[in-house]
Amino acid sequence: MEHYNMNLNLKVWRQKNSKTKGEFKMYRVENISSEMSFLEMFDVLNERLIEEGDDPIAFDHDCREGICGMCSMYIDGKPHGPWQGNTTCQLHMRAFKDGDTIVVEPWRANSFPVIKDLVVDRTAFDRIIQAGGYISVNTGNAVDGNALPINKNMADASFAAAMCIGCGACVAACKNSSAMLFLSAKVSHLALLPQGEPERKSRVLDMVAQMDKEGFGSCTNTGACEATCPKEISISYIAKLNNEYLCAGLTTE
Amino acid sequence: MTWKQMFTSSVGKKLIMGFTGLFLILFLIVHVSLNAFIWANDGGVMFNQGAHFMGSTVVPRILEIGLFLGIILHIVQGYMLESQNRKARGKVKYAVSYGNKGSKWYSRSMALLGTIILLFLIVHISHFWLPNRSHQGFLLGEEINLYQTMKEVFSNIWVVLVYVLSCISLGYHLAHGFQSAFRTLGVHNKKYNTMLTSIGYCFSIVISLAFALMPISFYLGWIQ
Ligand code: HEM
Ligand code: SF4
Ligand code: FES
Repeated sequence: MEHYNMNLNLKVWRQKNSKTKGEFKMYRVENISSEMSFLEMFDVLNERLIEEGDDPIAFDHDCREGICGMCSMYIDGKPHGPWQGNTTCQLHMRAFKDGDTIVVEPWRANSFPVIKDLVVDRTAFDRIIQAGGYISVNTGNAVDGNALPINKNMADASFAAAMCIGCGACVAACKNSSAMLFLSAKVSHLALLPQGEPERKSRVLDMVAQMDKEGFGSCTNTGACEATCPKEISISYIAKLNNEYLCAGLTTE
Repeated sequence: MTWKQMFTSSVGKKLIMGFTGLFLILFLIVHVSLNAFIWANDGGVMFNQGAHFMGSTVVPRILEIGLFLGIILHIVQGYMLESQNRKARGKVKYAVSYGNKGSKWYSRSMALLGTIILLFLIVHISHFWLPNRSHQGFLLGEEINLYQTMKEVFSNIWVVLVYVLSCISLGYHLAHGFQSAFRTLGVHNKKYNTMLTSIGYCFSIVISLAFALMPISFYLGWIQ
């Protein structure tokens, strides 16, 4: 595709901290290259704001290569912007045209309070993982890599679930702010492998309990999560989670 | 894990929605089949026999109690979920909503569609069930001529319109609910989910069309 430059209007959510009320502010950015990433466009804007003595716009980012799950931006009505199966950091400016107005908002969910501007507190996800998203392995000699036979289809399905980068876009997209796509990916990833077997039942029960404690909503199977997930985690993992929950609930003391 | 813990978590509450939803679907199949007797067009002989069996024998009347419990559970749990989900969403709304780009409108409107069904149920029960049961002294007494009652009730165009509108709401509620219930109960094999989604669409259309055609048939005089 042809390389081009563009001028854009940005409507960005600004909020000092979790206590204050936020509001939208308009910014004009000029000469943005179509080959820049969305975050680089924000870097350009922030440098200008700093030079002008303004407060730069706070946003989360880390790897900038689509694997860490930090870059939480709700762009023009969709988490991570218009492209499918893509993170904000991997969204390039060629997705937009000269003269566009782009609305950028933080994730909106009670369990993800805004810390500043576009940065939200997603430690609720960490606590859900801590509640059961692990396996116990006794230390000692390393086991031979192929000692445990694993069905190829199961390994693939587990890997597809393990793709989840914990970005929270599923929560941001869901009308219930439900964390079920995230949770189902984390539970299925381990439930599908023999290594996950010992804690299989307690894992799903404990993680669901923690999710509820964090105040996320429940799942109505609308599919907004699947449609927005940058790693294209399938909604059928949620049904898998329900299955795990039902079996564990029926068979534990 | 106790039963209480199991069915009061967010996933557990949905299990109750799924179970009661499927139970209500079974009821709808029985209800639509028996009501279809009106199309025998025999002046209501066959229909009234069916109605008499449902209203004046012990087993259906005991099942009726189960039906009421199921419906109440479904409604109460539905509203509880809806209010919890709204709270989880937080106060500040998105300026630009994801809307139909990410999901179907009726999947996001289950509580609204359910509310229309609930309002309809109140109207519907006071049209037929209540007059009949009170005539019976709420036991197994003499019934009224329900076919005749239907004829009278469905001679009013507004009543017919309310019934048709409610059938459309039911159709959309089920278009999402049918397949959703199976997912909620843990059917995760894509092969089955695809099949259940198609069956769900067909079921919703057939059920709502069949129910809607009943008042229409009376109003337009297709049956006497
Ligand atoms: C004959 C009537 C009805 C039938 C057959 C029916 C059936 C269903 C089914 C199958 C589901 C899907 C359950 C799931 O996703 O696990 C559902 C969901 C739901 N129903 Fe009904 N329903 C009926 C009446 C009502 C009424 C009267 C209400 C009242 C308010 C209601 C409210 C809801 C709500 C809010 C949900 C969505 C729950 C969620 O996923 O968050 N339904 N229904
Ligand atoms: S399931 Fe997808 S959208 Fe949700 S946290 Fe994981 S990667 Fe992000
Ligand atoms: S910054 Fe790491 S995924 Fe976007």
